[in-house]
Amino acid sequence: MPLLEVTELETHYPTSRGLLKAVDGVSFTVSAGESVGLVGESGCGKSTLGKAILGLAPVTDGVVRFDGEEVSRLGSGARKPFRRRMQMIFQDPFGSLNPRHSIGEILSAPLAVHGVGKAGDRKDRVARILAQVGLPAESIHRYPHEFSGGQRQRIGIARALILDPDLVICDEPVSALDLSIQAQIINLLVSLKGEFGLSFLFISHDLSVVRYFSDRVLVMYLGVIVESAMASQLWSRPLHPYTRALIAAVPDPARRRQVAPLDGDLPGPQDVPAGCRFHPRCPLSSDRCRVEAPLPRTWAPGHDVACHHADEVPRASDQP
Amino acid sequence: MAAVVDMAETLAVPQEGRRRAFRAFLSNPAGVISLAFLLCAVALALAAPHLYPEDPLSMVARPFLWPGQNASYPLGTDSLGRDVAAGVVWGTRISLLVGFCAMALGISLGLLVGAVAGYFGGRVDDALVKFIEIFQTPPSFVLLVVLVAIAQPAISTVIVAIALVTWPTAARLVRAEFRSLREKDFVMAARGLGYGHARIIVREILPNALPPLIVSASVLVATAILMEAALSFLGLSDPNVVSWGSMIGAGRELLRTAWYLCAVPGVAIVLTVLALNLLGDALNDSLNPRVSAKR
Repeated sequence: MPLLEVTELETHYPTSRGLLKAVDGVSFTVSAGESVGLVGESGCGKSTLGKAILGLAPVTDGVVRFDGEEVSRLGSGARKPFRRRMQMIFQDPFGSLNPRHSIGEILSAPLAVHGVGKAGDRKDRVARILAQVGLPAESIHRYPHEFSGGQRQRIGIARALILDPDLVICDEPVSALDLSIQAQIINLLVSLKGEFGLSFLFISHDLSVVRYFSDRVLVMYLGVIVESAMASQLWSRPLHPYTRALIAAVPDPARRRQVAPLDGDLPGPQDVPAGCRFHPRCPLSSDRCRVEAPLPRTWAPGHDVACHHADEVPRASDQP
Repeated sequence: MAAVVDMAETLAVPQEGRRRAFRAFLSNPAGVISLAFLLCAVALALAAPHLYPEDPLSMVARPFLWPGQNASYPLGTDSLGRDVAAGVVWGTRISLLVGFCAMALGISLGLLVGAVAGYFGGRVDDALVKFIEIFQTPPSFVLLVVLVAIAQPAISTVIVAIALVTWPTAARLVRAEFRSLREKDFVMAARGLGYGHARIIVREILPNALPPLIVSASVLVATAILMEAALSFLGLSDPNVVSWGSMIGAGRELLRTAWYLCAVPGVAIVLTVLALNLLGDALNDSLNPRVSAKR
């Protein structure tokens, strides 16, 4: 049984310009101990998906199961025990910490709310988690603004882990940080994954980060998953033209010729193209793509793709 | 450029931010002078029973003594021979009492309604905004007169009536703050951690919503003082206490012959309300880092 099972999840927002389909029928699973990467351009709905799983964004339709139990329809009281087991690390380390609370307050409040341990034990627990994320013990008396971006993200990680969760959803945890700090935070997450036995859903637009971190990768485009595969499979044999474009966009000094970037911008989720959502930007698009939305099909064990022309994708065509 | 702050500091933050706000406040002379004036007024109000132990409504000297005519009555006496200085000092007590109590009550009510409306949004918000609008639809002074006319003209009912008229301002302000703050990531994080609504409202959002509320509090005190003065000018307030407004009301018919009877309490009102408004401006500038950074 997978730890997290998402089935046909939809998050639609009514807006003045029509229905905004941020997440439009997404299914996937995360097994215990697995790291699943979720990649896609900004605005493709990947953050909304992460928040909908945690009940922080509305679920219009579909089911989220955690450890076999449906959590997507629970009220806030019934959801509370699950909150402890699923946590989130936010993108913006400046906005995600309350500027008016000291680090000690930020880290001990979750323990108090969930009634974990006594006041004395909580202090020890806070001190231990600070050491685990690599912050000095004196930090508890200081306030978020006294820390750098990387240190704040460590505080955010400590807050997410202090309740000892099973699943952590990382929403672009390093994209707001300097490149040199990014590597530190990624390494910290990798070591904590082993230490805590965590499962990750790692949301990022940066393929190189996802590649380093994930066992399996989901590629999202305009609210749907277009390809999912084991990380190594996806890199050696990307099937969807969108995946290929994303991989080609990763800077690589070994590549001699620069590939053409993807044409056009991501259409807004309010005017999703008919047929295959990707067809206006797709180099392989045909008449069929304009009318018929491709269903996901299994190409190889563990490798699914939603494209009519996946078999026409030439292998490593971006090489000269 | 004492208040040059870097980007990290422009976030509302405690300690360092408080220190920076304090520095910015001290560099604003109008604010400092206003605060000093208001502290003097409070001291005067507290000292009233010692300065003028007698009832300020009792007749103590010859009527129509002009200010400076008799050293014992520096601000003169009115048509009934009552000491104007005693009236002004005791009036300070009433004006400040009504101002602060009405503000406190109005802010509390506004905080409660505004926080709930802004935090929960949706239908709760729609209903509460309609409720706020009920109080905002009639002209506020007309509503105030009606409320006082229905109730007994006592200081406590005047305070409650003024609070009922002014709380929608506070409620709208708090609602707007909560609406923008509830979208912040730290509130999202609090929800993700399973915090209850009460905890999120009181512990997470409220401390961040306080600075603009503190600013509006000083303006609300000024508004309440003006409203009380207008009520007692019209003779609708408690007839058994002296207030600045009732002194002006009593001196109104003698404006040609003894204009000082209106001018003295009038100056007291003008200075106090001006000081409260300037204090509000200074607090706004110092608590709002984006403004104080430009100074």
